[in-house]
Amino acid sequence: MNKLYLTLFLFVCSPFVVADTLYITLEKDNALAVVDGETGKLLKTVPLGQRPRGVALSKDQTLLYVAASDDDTIQILDIKTLKVIGELPSGEDPELFKIHPNGRLLYVSNEDDNIVTVIDLQKKTALAEIAVGVEPEGIAISRDGKWVVNTSETTNMVHWIDPMDQQIKENTLVDPRPRAAEFSVNNEWLFVTSEIAGSLSRLDVATKKITGKLHFKIPGVDKELIQPVGVLAHPNNTLLFVALGPANRVAVVDIQSMEVTKYLLVGQRVWNLAFSPDLKRLYTTNGVSNDISIIDVDDLKVTKSIRVGHYPWGIAVK
Amino acid sequence: MIKRLRKHVLVSLLVSFSVMAQAGNVNIKLAFLTEKLATPPALSNLDPVLTDEGIQGVVLGIKDNNTTGKFTGHTFHLKHMDVPVGGNVLQSFQKLVADGYEYIITDVQSATLKTLSTSPSAKAALLFNVSASHNVLRNKNCSANTFHLIPSDAMKADALAQFMLKKRWNKWFLVKGTDVDDMRFAKALKRSAKRFGVKIVEEKEWKFDHDARRTAQADIPVFTQGSDYDVLVVADVKGLFGEYLAMNTWLPRPIIGTQGLVPRAWHRTHERWGAVQMQNRFYEQAGRWMNDVDYASWLAVRAVGEAVTRANSVEVADIKSFMLSDEFSLAGFKGVKLTFRHWNQQLRQPVLLATARSIVSVMPHKEFLHPRTYLDTLGYDSPESTCEF
Repeated sequence: MNKLYLTLFLFVCSPFVVADTLYITLEKDNALAVVDGETGKLLKTVPLGQRPRGVALSKDQTLLYVAASDDDTIQILDIKTLKVIGELPSGEDPELFKIHPNGRLLYVSNEDDNIVTVIDLQKKTALAEIAVGVEPEGIAISRDGKWVVNTSETTNMVHWIDPMDQQIKENTLVDPRPRAAEFSVNNEWLFVTSEIAGSLSRLDVATKKITGKLHFKIPGVDKELIQPVGVLAHPNNTLLFVALGPANRVAVVDIQSMEVTKYLLVGQRVWNLAFSPDLKRLYTTNGVSNDISIIDVDDLKVTKSIRVGHYPWGIAVK
Repeated sequence: MIKRLRKHVLVSLLVSFSVMAQAGNVNIKLAFLTEKLATPPALSNLDPVLTDEGIQGVVLGIKDNNTTGKFTGHTFHLKHMDVPVGGNVLQSFQKLVADGYEYIITDVQSATLKTLSTSPSAKAALLFNVSASHNVLRNKNCSANTFHLIPSDAMKADALAQFMLKKRWNKWFLVKGTDVDDMRFAKALKRSAKRFGVKIVEEKEWKFDHDARRTAQADIPVFTQGSDYDVLVVADVKGLFGEYLAMNTWLPRPIIGTQGLVPRAWHRTHERWGAVQMQNRFYEQAGRWMNDVDYASWLAVRAVGEAVTRANSVEVADIKSFMLSDEFSLAGFKGVKLTFRHWNQQLRQPVLLATARSIVSVMPHKEFLHPRTYLDTLGYDSPESTCEF
């Protein structure tokens, strides 16, 4: 009888409960915070290399890659044990990186050397180094795998790299201090945030030209404090989320009209963003307030904030 | 393997650049003009005398501009001209202009800058002041062809005053040296005190009747006796006695001004907003840390670079009007965009307040409100400015 109830209970609950785990790098703690996305509970904190920033899961979700910037390496962690099992030759001061949809190539920006390094994840070797503008930062890869873009913060450009031959095919000048970039899910557009200009640009992937621009304005918030950084596209291809740094808000942007529909108040110096796998929740890392915020994506409301450690920076969700 | 690949990639990149370059390779000539000064007497031999101040910032800026230029078809060329102590700076300036240098970064004295900017040959040029902080250059002696990258004395003094106001250090004891520079900075401090409603309860001049090195412990306690005060504010621009004030005052009080907590455009301990990258790049190139003049010089080169790229022109008139337009903004690792004040062509920028090994604060704080931008709470605002172009 009990067994029956239990089975019934599991049957009823299972479609609704999608447990997800968040992996958050703590820049100042040299550690990884592991959080349950559903309950918002900090499960554990695991030591990492120095100044961990960028973080991503392997395509098969068995490995976690973490850029330990001050150790000049990308660490490989086993997702089950969370132990470091290897390293990648990332080049100096790796910060942001992305994995190509083919699951094999990893692109990382080396800020000090004005280079983007391409790493073969199977061979664990550097495949190419691409000379880009001054202070390369953001990396984005189109979902069809045709384009890799890199933003350079001081050159103020988007460099369009062809992953077939690892060469720059075009460059687009954007607003000052471009940070993050994100392709629309249909690979039609590229969105780029510019920290100093306080703007979001929409580039047409076919022509590589800017076709739309948005300057964020929040009543009561000094415009100097509005510094867009992380950007994340919702798979529905209508919504875009933009983290506004020290403005302590996430902007909800309509992709078509390039207008802000809502500003959500989160923690201090909000930087990077990630969805839960079921797209119900949006997570934000807030560097200065040492916490993460959880946003209900359907209601567009902030539901929770969780202290995770010093300077939460990157986030990956399984 | 990687090395080979890198070479391969670089070669193919160069090929593609050259295609672009042929389409429109444009050269921009920039000059850095230094007026050498007699080295002031040193308080101690702790700090090396820099012979490459400013030029290191220019060189780094040129490198950055040319990295961008690879993609846009612009090449920046630099000429460095040193005028020896007592030499004729105007003559060197005229020669640069005659040689086709239209963008001239000047590391010269205040009076010299006035001479250069008003000379007939300056009509065809834009000048970028990277070292003279004199308020008079932003007011009466301002010039339409001159941009100021270095913060003015007024901006620095206002930054200090705002910080002290916030700390409620409302009673100042002002100590100044006898040098003209000290008088000038003391005047800026007094202006700030008045502006922010702070009281100077005591003012004294350090007259150098003693050998400070031997007798600081004995002299300074006596020297600093008098009214009670919250903070000792010092104006000793050349650093001839100010360092000995800390820990030697009669009352235990903080030291602020040209020594103690100091206002800086740049400081080696500044790390926020990506500044670490800048610190590393500069150190790698120069073998020493970046200072205010290096930073201002880097900004000058970057300002021209930014304007050339965005305005897509190398004409002086276009560059100038773009730099003064709303579209212009410079990223300078200070968390906000840097722009020029149109009333005196001073670069708006936050001022760092630092001690030897830490940044204490970055001014202005956003609580200091201003209808335009809170950055304009530092220095001469448009209604106060006596600059007429």
